[in-house]
Amino acid sequence: MSLINSMPEMVVTTKADQFLNWTRKSSVWWMLFGLACCAIEMMQTQGPRADVDRFGTAPRAAPRQSDLMIVAGTLTLKMALRTKILYEQMPEPRYVISMGSCASCGGLFQLAYSVCDGVDKVIPVDVYVPGCPPRPEALTEGILKLQEKMMQEKWLVRPTSETAAA
Amino acid sequence: MQFQFATVLVFFALAVGFVGGMLALGSLLRPNNPEPIKLSTYECGEPPTGSAWLNFNIRFYIVALIFLIFEVEIVFMLPVALVFKSWVLQGQGLFAFVEILIFLAILLVGLVYVWAKGDFDWLKKVSAEPDQRDESFKEAA
Repeated sequence: MSLINSMPEMVVTTKADQFLNWTRKSSVWWMLFGLACCAIEMMQTQGPRADVDRFGTAPRAAPRQSDLMIVAGTLTLKMALRTKILYEQMPEPRYVISMGSCASCGGLFQLAYSVCDGVDKVIPVDVYVPGCPPRPEALTEGILKLQEKMMQEKWLVRPTSETAAA
Repeated sequence: MQFQFATVLVFFALAVGFVGGMLALGSLLRPNNPEPIKLSTYECGEPPTGSAWLNFNIRFYIVALIFLIFEVEIVFMLPVALVFKSWVLQGQGLFAFVEILIFLAILLVGLVYVWAKGDFDWLKKVSAEPDQRDESFKEAA
């Protein structure tokens, strides 16, 4: 038995939804998924100067513990299969940030024979962070954008037709 | 001596109630979406192959047993080597030395036994004569 998306829209349920979303966005645990040079910027984002910890995020090593996958770097076709498996092994709710040009569209290497031009060919992406590589500030902005998206989620309230389509 | 069993009972009930309540609340609120890939073993993204219950060669068991001989030697000789100098200064040097030699001799018997059994050879010699039990099995089949 589950209460997910089974409640009518009331003040109580929408407030409860907001509370659940607030708890979830305040503890975004992201999976380390550094594939290329964007990973260096991702480490810097975690480091003391950019300090993305203050937004409630923490890096994790395994998909079972993670809410967010930051795909940082060039996605090769070989890695694309693994990315799909790792994404499937994350528990819901799960989100994906595509960091940098390579992850978003293949970037500089999109015509190479071994490169998957865009991680959104394999898994659904929530936030694209442009840059080659993006600065830590840009990735922080991407995480903030994702938190805004997480605050829009509906958990208890039954989704209406327009929110379901969106 | 009096025990506050009422306090313990309340503590126990609170603990059970809190844990049970949290688990119940979690089961109501969490999404439950089991999928084959999600339930598969985490192998850093690699597609998992086979089972973890593998057959190991039984000869590795002999190797592990032989290792025990040398392990016990090392484990007992290191502390003796550490305090041997002080024993020598006390005039007990010869006694301790003979003691450890006797200990080594006892363990050497095990080593000689293993050697005589041919357990140092990775490839065992199989006797040419057929085993009686094998014959009876063949007849039964």
